[in-house]
Amino acid sequence: MSFAQQFPVVFNALNVGFLQTLKLFCVTLLGALPLGLLLACGEISRSRILRSVIKVLVWIIRGSPLMIQLLIIYYGPGLLASSISAEAAAASPFLKMLQGFKWSGGEDGRFAAAAVAFIINYACYFCEIFRGGIQGIPAGQEEAGLVLGMTGRQIFFRVKLLQMVKAILPPISNEIITLVKDTSLARIISLQEVIWAGQAFLKGSQGISGAIWPLFFTGVYYLAANGLLTVGFAKLEKKLGYFR
Amino acid sequence: MPILQVEHIRKSFGQTKVLDDISFSMEPGDTLSIIGSSGSGKTTLLRCLNFLEKPDAGIIRVRDEVLLDASQQPKKVNNRETRLKRLHFGLVFQSFNLFPQYTALQNVTLAEELLAHETPEWKADKAKVQSRIREHGEELLNEVGLSNRMNNYPHQLSGGQCQRVAIARALALRPDILCFDEPTSALDPELTGEVLRSIRKLAERNTTMIIVTHEMNFARDVSNSVIFMDQGCICEQGDPREVFDHPKQDRTRQFLARYHGEN
Repeated sequence: MSFAQQFPVVFNALNVGFLQTLKLFCVTLLGALPLGLLLACGEISRSRILRSVIKVLVWIIRGSPLMIQLLIIYYGPGLLASSISAEAAAASPFLKMLQGFKWSGGEDGRFAAAAVAFIINYACYFCEIFRGGIQGIPAGQEEAGLVLGMTGRQIFFRVKLLQMVKAILPPISNEIITLVKDTSLARIISLQEVIWAGQAFLKGSQGISGAIWPLFFTGVYYLAANGLLTVGFAKLEKKLGYFR
Repeated sequence: MPILQVEHIRKSFGQTKVLDDISFSMEPGDTLSIIGSSGSGKTTLLRCLNFLEKPDAGIIRVRDEVLLDASQQPKKVNNRETRLKRLHFGLVFQSFNLFPQYTALQNVTLAEELLAHETPEWKADKAKVQSRIREHGEELLNEVGLSNRMNNYPHQLSGGQCQRVAIARALALRPDILCFDEPTSALDPELTGEVLRSIRKLAERNTTMIIVTHEMNFARDVSNSVIFMDQGCICEQGDPREVFDHPKQDRTRQFLARYHGEN
């Protein structure tokens, strides 16, 4: 098959794969941004226990490779279930529940497991960025609001929020751009994202085999996506450039 | 009738006594300067008056109304009540603390507008209230000589201009007593002058003010009473000419000698 004949076939397959990549990207952001904010609030809360729990979680998640986290989250439940004996499960409702949990089969299950792993992983990174953003606002801003009779809510929404958004925009955009590329790690549990789709033509798919160029070509998708994101973030930063 | 009565205020941070039995009172239109070395408790005293710190003991009264009685602590703190009590005082910070994302005018009008949200008038005619608040803000900025800077953001203004915006902002809610916490300490000598002129203008209009400052000449000129604080106590207090020219306490003399030496 000539390149001209191969191209439309590969292009279609890669588009389908990239759709899955984008889906994982969007779901991760939708989950990890609010979860990260929640964790950040916990990390600056007055409860010492809550703070320690979050610190340990952040250490574990940031301290180990996302690839291992993916493998544990995807294969862990099944392994755990098979290691729980029938008697133990009968004796303890909790163990029975653990045994009952497993990812559904096929692509849906892989996607769900990948989404969970990515959301937890990125929430921990976002948490640290948010915490830095909140704590980076000088105490004088809150005090100025207080002596002007503002409520805590008003101080957060009218005074602090925009300053925080401005401060965290560069590190957040950094993480988000990394996330686009990190989605390829889901390949390790055979999620059918764009790398998986490109690799298929190496092994043989739709009459094409031994072709490595589709795998190289997947790079174009990441570049395009990150090009768009870079332009978008630059615009946003410029928009917030009216104050310092 | 005194406008402000402060009685037996005490405050400690851990083991450190920062304020030890502070009492004084002010009449309407008084300008009170508080002088003293760093760490003598001047700033903490202002922060207690503005409810940024809670005294361990003591009573603060404004126009005979008890704003704070530290012995009545168990009473549940009503947030809204505390919030409205703060409005008897205004505070101008050493480091301005303007809101960077708002223009000079918005900095001045923001708090007044947020308070107006709670009134029935706001619901009835929002535009009218807004324009009234805006006019008031413009008037205040005009008074501190910034009518041509209303729509500038803080980062576009000099330190002296920022501090004058902060003064206008503190005046916007018409506080009974305006407090200044070393308003010129973050400014170079050239910019200090313009801020001091604005404060002097307020004194001439009989605004009740408490000024914590290291500008001794200014304190002597502008105030009609002065407190010298040392290690959390009021060491000497009285007419500025008396305190500055004939200090009774050794500690006051030592402190002032350093300033005279400089000039």
